[in-house]
Amino acid sequence: MDTTPCLLELKDLHVSFAGQAVVHGINLRMYPGERMALVGESGSGKSVTALSVLRLLESAELQGQVLWQGQDLLQQSSPEMQRIRGDEIAMIFQEPMTALNPLMTVGQQISEVLQLKKFQAPRDADARAVALLAETGIDDPKRRFAAYPHQLSGGQRQRAMMAMALAAEPKLLLADEPTTALDASLRLQMLELLSDLQQKTGMAVLLITHDLALVRHFAERIAVMEKGHLVEQGSVSDVFAQAQHPYTQKLLDSRPSREGLAPFQKSAATEKLMDAKGLQVHYPLAVSGWRGWFQKQRFTALYGADFSLVPGTTLGVMGESGSGKSSLAQAVLGLIPCEGSMSFRGQTWQNSPARDKSLRQKVQVVFQDPYGSLSPRKTVGEIVSEGLRLHQAQLTEPEIESRVLATLVEVGLNTLEYPDLLSRYPHAFSGGQRQRIALARALVVEPQLLVLDEPTSALDVTVQKQILKLLQNLQKTRGISYLLITHDIDVLRAMAHEVMVLQSGQVLEAGPAHQVLYEPSHEYTRSLLNAFAPGDAFST
Amino acid sequence: MTAPTPLASSRMDAAVNSGGEPKTQAQLSPTVRAWRRFKRNRLGLASLVIFVTLFVLSLGAEFLSNDKPLVVRFQGQWYFPVVQTLPEKVFGGDFETPADYLDPFIQQQLHKDGNWALQAPNPYHHSTLDYFAPLPNPAPPTARNWLGTDDRGRDVLARLLYGFRVSVLFALALTLFGVVLGVLTGALQGFFVGKTDLVFQRFIEIWSAMPELYLLIIFSAIFEPSVGLLLILLSLFGWMGLSDYVRAEFLRNRQLDYVKSARALGLGHWQIIWRHVLPNSMTPVVTFLPFRMSGAILALTSLDFLGLGVPPGTPSLGELLAQGKNNIDAWWISLSTFAVLVVTLLLLTFMGDALRDALDPRKVDA
Repeated sequence: MDTTPCLLELKDLHVSFAGQAVVHGINLRMYPGERMALVGESGSGKSVTALSVLRLLESAELQGQVLWQGQDLLQQSSPEMQRIRGDEIAMIFQEPMTALNPLMTVGQQISEVLQLKKFQAPRDADARAVALLAETGIDDPKRRFAAYPHQLSGGQRQRAMMAMALAAEPKLLLADEPTTALDASLRLQMLELLSDLQQKTGMAVLLITHDLALVRHFAERIAVMEKGHLVEQGSVSDVFAQAQHPYTQKLLDSRPSREGLAPFQKSAATEKLMDAKGLQVHYPLAVSGWRGWFQKQRFTALYGADFSLVPGTTLGVMGESGSGKSSLAQAVLGLIPCEGSMSFRGQTWQNSPARDKSLRQKVQVVFQDPYGSLSPRKTVGEIVSEGLRLHQAQLTEPEIESRVLATLVEVGLNTLEYPDLLSRYPHAFSGGQRQRIALARALVVEPQLLVLDEPTSALDVTVQKQILKLLQNLQKTRGISYLLITHDIDVLRAMAHEVMVLQSGQVLEAGPAHQVLYEPSHEYTRSLLNAFAPGDAFST
Repeated sequence: MTAPTPLASSRMDAAVNSGGEPKTQAQLSPTVRAWRRFKRNRLGLASLVIFVTLFVLSLGAEFLSNDKPLVVRFQGQWYFPVVQTLPEKVFGGDFETPADYLDPFIQQQLHKDGNWALQAPNPYHHSTLDYFAPLPNPAPPTARNWLGTDDRGRDVLARLLYGFRVSVLFALALTLFGVVLGVLTGALQGFFVGKTDLVFQRFIEIWSAMPELYLLIIFSAIFEPSVGLLLILLSLFGWMGLSDYVRAEFLRNRQLDYVKSARALGLGHWQIIWRHVLPNSMTPVVTFLPFRMSGAILALTSLDFLGLGVPPGTPSLGELLAQGKNNIDAWWISLSTFAVLVVTLLLLTFMGDALRDALDPRKVDA
């Protein structure tokens, strides 16, 4: 390998923002035609490293060398950098909706690249753009050429982005989390496409991701970053077989496990905590034109779901975006009106804060986004104690404080580590810690059912494992039931006793977890399982 | 925004008492952090200090600019004419009418035989007519009238000082009413959406189409003009812009997860609005405060300039500008009024800029 000239070499690259270093001296080499993965959790500096190669970071101070075919990119003039960007090094981003100009058709944007970079005549460039779109496997490329970004689906947009990046035939493609915004079943397709195109064009690809399953499927070499340091690099097979650095081992070991899960026996006689029959959710849909003034159409998010929950167990609800799983969660919480019958040990939602108060105490929720789920203007003490003050007004201040602190200890936050825990504000905590606070807020009123709406999908993999373990322990000690909503099959395999699969508002399949998640009867479930764990490399 | 609960405050006290250390970054509320960012903006902070100083000084205008002496020692007796109305007879005059302290005779009486009087720094009230002035009105700046007099012989400096006070008080009141109305209506629309929102939005569209200026002219013809009437009329139209901003903030915040969590906890609508949505929706309100103030000052000035504003006799910057226009040779009237207006509006604008930066969520704490 050493005899072949390097395509890209980072020599002791330092990146800092306003004096704060975020990348501390990275050495990395990439060779032509190589598929490399840069792996790390959020804040590890992996995207910053990639962006600094193209000098796309404003206000960042760069030190060291970025050698592109022998010449240092950090010393190039900006017109020269403009030529290199797109022409020799192209980039695709995580969110294709924001990376494409909404006012230009997809075809125009690809054609523009060809005209600017390859100096092609507009007519030729348009023809080539259609061909490029066809290469990315988009259906009906002629029609897509004239489509605006908002008229395409997420997968189609990502394909168009890829066609745009490939238009100038770059030697290196930087792919920054290209599949993270996509549904599970699309991820594999996109990765296969990237793989195909890479082999066809012979370009090198640097895949930046946090998803180890993708790395294993796609890359030849892997580089692992932690807190701005490159801690390990090597061939994918070596690193996966024998990780040297403890952080890499931790990453590889971050698949959630079922070890701590409470056992589950269901018999006909078991008392049910909650029972739903024919649960339907509708949303009003605006009708365009003057007719819309007088009538509203209905959009059905959920077409009749039947399910029940046994105390102390978890019902997993699986589905991709738009499957109606979040509508289901909100209906169970009584936050949106629904049809059908639903009762919690005989109680039902009355649609009035006063009458629902006793039931509110029994059914609590934890949401996905740890940044949006805590009010930024309340201290942790205020956030967690709010439910107690409402539901148990007889408690005195010292009692409330001790209950709040006990609950925080239960979720793994204590005053030894944070002496000022109760008077801190949410901004002082990381995503995982915020999720623990949100959990404490729900647990402090001692609910019997906890609705978990994608509780870990915004978290890093190692944090995800900790949170899931915590949830398993809480279920064992408190005997709470969970309604777990997720698109992540790993999470379901670790947590669920029973599983329900949703697609476009329809329940496709429901049953015990081991059956649905390992021997699914429905075609769609099978394709999801396949898509999620390609080749089932990690099977437990 | 809201008072800390006993729980949090007791904790905070404990932390402060035991260690005696200042609060850590983690303990600072977003409001305190915004204030710290504001303080780092030198220009904004200086503007705030100057503006508050000027305003506080103008609140005590009676002691700074008054024809009545602050303290008088007359024939062994103490008098406080600034708060008392004393007949001329007290000081050896002939009549029961209130004493005119600019009268040379009274002045003479006050300064003989160990009598003395402590005058205000500028010995004219805004309504004082100087019958003993040596020059015709309007008089240019002299040692007697530092900024000259207006066309009725009243001291321009005194008019400016009192006019500034009226303007700022009026602006504060107008801003307060506008904010209360705007936040209330915006919150109702944004939180309850649906029909409430629809009805309010249509109402705002109709209401904002009303010709404000014509209404003002009509009302000033029907009713006796007064500051209160002006305040009510301008308030009726001044809340709509803010209402839209607050509505948009509420629409955004009401669907955030912490509001859903609060609903799931069982909190009532008003508890959610008051404790969760409102404190997180105040950013545009606070950011616009200085700009609303300067808008209100300008509105009052323009109406006074047109003669539709405060009743005659009230000290007002707009009325001074109108005098400046009518007496174009009396440059001291228009120039000094212009300077006061520019400085006031500049100070408010600098404060507004600093406030906007301090509340910008993209700005980080250094």
